[in-house]
Amino acid sequence: MSLYTETITSLRSKLSAKEVSPREIVESLLKRIESVDPKIQGYLWMNAEEALQQADAADLSKPLGGIPIAIKDNLNVIGNPCTCASKILANYQALYDATVISKLREAGAILLGRTNMDEFAMGSSTENSSWGKTRNPWDIDRIPGGSSGGSAAVVGAHEAIASLGSDTGGSIRQPAALCGCVGMKPTYGRVSRYGLVAFASSLDQVGPFTKTIEDSALLTQVISGHDPRDNTSALQAAPDFLSDLKKGVKGMRLGVPKEYFVAGMDPQVEKGIRDAIQQLQSLGAEIVEVSLPHTEQATAVYYILATAEASANLARFDGVRYGHRASNPTDVLDLYGRSRAEGFGSEVKRRIILGTYVLSSGYYDAYYNRAQKVRQLITRDFTEAFKKCDAILTPTSPTAAFKIGEKSQDPLQMYLADIFTIAVNLAEVCGLSLPCGFTSEKLPIGLQIIGPKWGESAILRVGQAYEQSTSWHQQRPNL
Amino acid sequence: MEFEAVIGLEVHVQLKTNSKMFCSCKNEYGGTQNSHVCPVCLGMPGVLPVPNQEAVTKTIQTGLMLGCHIAPRCKFDRKNYFYPDQPKNYQISQFDQPLCEGGGVPLNLFAFPKDVQNDPQVNFNKVIRLTRIHLEEDVAKSFHYDTSSGIDFNRAGTPLMEIVSEADIATPEEAYAYLTALRQILVYGGVSDADMEKGQMRCDVNISIRPKGQIEFGTKCELKNLNTISGVRRSLHSEIARQIEVVSAGGEIRQETRRWDDAKGQTFLMRIKEKAHDYRYFPDPDLLPLRTDQGLFAEAQTRVPELPQAKIKRLQSDYGVTEYQAGVLASEIAFANYFESAAQPAKNKVLIANFLLNDYLATSPDLTAIPIPPNYFTEISELVDSAKINSKQAKEVFAEMIASNKAPTAIVKEKGLEQVTDMGALEKWCDEAIVANDKSVADYKSGKLGAINALKGYVMKMSKGKANPSVIDEILIKKLTS
Ligand SMILES: [Zn+2]
Repeated sequence: MSLYTETITSLRSKLSAKEVSPREIVESLLKRIESVDPKIQGYLWMNAEEALQQADAADLSKPLGGIPIAIKDNLNVIGNPCTCASKILANYQALYDATVISKLREAGAILLGRTNMDEFAMGSSTENSSWGKTRNPWDIDRIPGGSSGGSAAVVGAHEAIASLGSDTGGSIRQPAALCGCVGMKPTYGRVSRYGLVAFASSLDQVGPFTKTIEDSALLTQVISGHDPRDNTSALQAAPDFLSDLKKGVKGMRLGVPKEYFVAGMDPQVEKGIRDAIQQLQSLGAEIVEVSLPHTEQATAVYYILATAEASANLARFDGVRYGHRASNPTDVLDLYGRSRAEGFGSEVKRRIILGTYVLSSGYYDAYYNRAQKVRQLITRDFTEAFKKCDAILTPTSPTAAFKIGEKSQDPLQMYLADIFTIAVNLAEVCGLSLPCGFTSEKLPIGLQIIGPKWGESAILRVGQAYEQSTSWHQQRPNL
Repeated sequence: MEFEAVIGLEVHVQLKTNSKMFCSCKNEYGGTQNSHVCPVCLGMPGVLPVPNQEAVTKTIQTGLMLGCHIAPRCKFDRKNYFYPDQPKNYQISQFDQPLCEGGGVPLNLFAFPKDVQNDPQVNFNKVIRLTRIHLEEDVAKSFHYDTSSGIDFNRAGTPLMEIVSEADIATPEEAYAYLTALRQILVYGGVSDADMEKGQMRCDVNISIRPKGQIEFGTKCELKNLNTISGVRRSLHSEIARQIEVVSAGGEIRQETRRWDDAKGQTFLMRIKEKAHDYRYFPDPDLLPLRTDQGLFAEAQTRVPELPQAKIKRLQSDYGVTEYQAGVLASEIAFANYFESAAQPAKNKVLIANFLLNDYLATSPDLTAIPIPPNYFTEISELVDSAKINSKQAKEVFAEMIASNKAPTAIVKEKGLEQVTDMGALEKWCDEAIVANDKSVADYKSGKLGAINALKGYVMKMSKGKANPSVIDEILIKKLTS
């Protein structure tokens, strides 16, 4: 077995037993990347030389000592490019480390390279990148999901041991499901957003892609905790996510929301989820039906609030201080107009215009205000549901990975790819996706486990019990 | 037709804090361009704001000093507009829930320009009501050159308070008094140095006219580029005259923004306002609403100082000064504090006030940076009060004290000015004078009271001019009439 197929946990034990060195791990990954990334195109930029230096200097006594991690291109790493897969930041170099990056460094991790994404995290297929399309490791004619498609694909293709992504409406969980890995969207406020280039500030959260639940617990642990630089990060300290991990699901109540099994869902996906639910029941969990009545409104609410916030968040990209600047502007308005017209891709423009519209005077109450009210109803749905259960089980995505180009001409179809993940961000709760089977075309299916606010321990525990009783996570794509 | 003006002011005040509003950069006036900057106040990708609680506390304190209602939570909104001096192209401000609402600024006689302080038609005790006070971040400073522009971000993100008055101001003099009284209170509270010339207090004026007695407002114009309080007064006189002229000639006032040119003494059209800009305000999702009804409110309360009106009353009762004297002393808190530290240990407190308000102010109009320590005033008033020097000598000592920054006692010693108050010596000289001047004594006793001057002159000669004339007077009269 090659080193690149290993997990954080298995490499940690090999490292402490001195069976391998951090340099060997990095070299093994670099080789793997060299051989498969031309097909996958998950990485935008490699940190090879520096990664090797970090490997040689690695402090193995630290929780991630000697472990390489890939980073989504919207997280600031000082001196690295940070383009958010947008032309407008084509030559931009980060001036500082995001808090999650500082935490990775403190934990001894090696920063391997930067992964592709939908421009400014807007998309569900990574087709909206200015730097080319990333492929699904299980079928390179298909999309890896998005927006963190690069981070998911490199873990799925074993080009990385683990990676970081960001999740605004499903951008970690959906690509994790489509690429056959574990993706965690922590509770809003659990992980600092400082240094994550904002898409929608009230929804964005950083989280890990890993090959196993145990690795997910470990990496989530490292990046969690209060950050005085992020006013929305919670004051409470993160508990030890590993301590309860292996306690099993016996006695746990798992909710299944009837609204999540809808027409239009791929029957193979539905079967995968139903089987997984049964499996958890057989492991001793009590399955209860719950209701999340405002599920249907979630997508509309999301596209109002997220675009409204984005329209302001992306206003700073104007060609004045950094980033792309149009040549020979006639005046400052021309500078703004052309720099942005040339720098942003069409989906980003669409969302900025939509967001500007919903905030405009005369429309604010009908859209933004109303959406905020429905958001509260969605949050209440979850509060009510979690009175009846410890975690909720749903599909992560209504379909397995679709073909490249299949939905890229129809934004509404694309928006529906996130119908099962969006409400989790709106309600500020936590959710993870893990492999729960394959379609007949050997495409991964993801099971989403949703927990209440600060309920990461519970969903990791459910995930661990399921994963350890199945072998889906051990399957590897044929590349 | 007679017209009246309706004036409302929007005042921006820079708060005195160590750091900027949402980052830890220094909040400092001046400095090398772009030296107080960081990723946050430059609006780099991925940064987040963290509110400066000191700025929130100082805004609440301002609200308390001005009698405003304080909101139980501090909520921030994004105000969206593109401008190069604004790094994020939105300004973090407060829209529908300002920190302070209501309240008012009480005017007082001393806040008005000197030339109207005796005008019986002025209502010196008017209160100008406030609409609101909110907290926001300041923008950067732009510089325009021949073919390019530059931006200094040192000011970007510094805490700024916007104080909006009701349209209660009826005359340019009231506007002057409003700004003076407001500034006085801000300085009293230590929330800002509020120096208009340094841009620490900036003022936009809304002004319209209407026929006297009419209830509806006229169309208003906004005046900009007002850099001094007296400039505001002058600009209003000019603008009111312009508007009256336009209307009297049958014209109509357009809603426009006009620039005041202080040198030319005129306002000039900047732009015509066609429609209100849509700022697309929405709550800033990066900032959680901050509770103000617990710690911050209580903290702000402890910082509310004695305000000018109360100080004027107390100075009168504690030190026996006149209302006018108290008013001048209280016009600057530094001046009042100076007076109090000089007067507290002194026996004759009114004398200190006289020295400060007559002798000192004759040498300098600067109320805040008096070049000598207050205890010199205590000393000089003690010297006079205990008759060690006479009033003529006091003038001499005072001038020397200001010029050389030497203690009055040292000056008196140096110049040998100290008056002889040794009663034994004085009595002896007086006896000698009576013995030596039979004629003058007889004249005095026969009713020619002026004859005493000859005796006094004798004593003064004996004492080499150092005898205290009033004491000699007293002794001689006693001896001559007994
Ligand atoms: Zn700063």
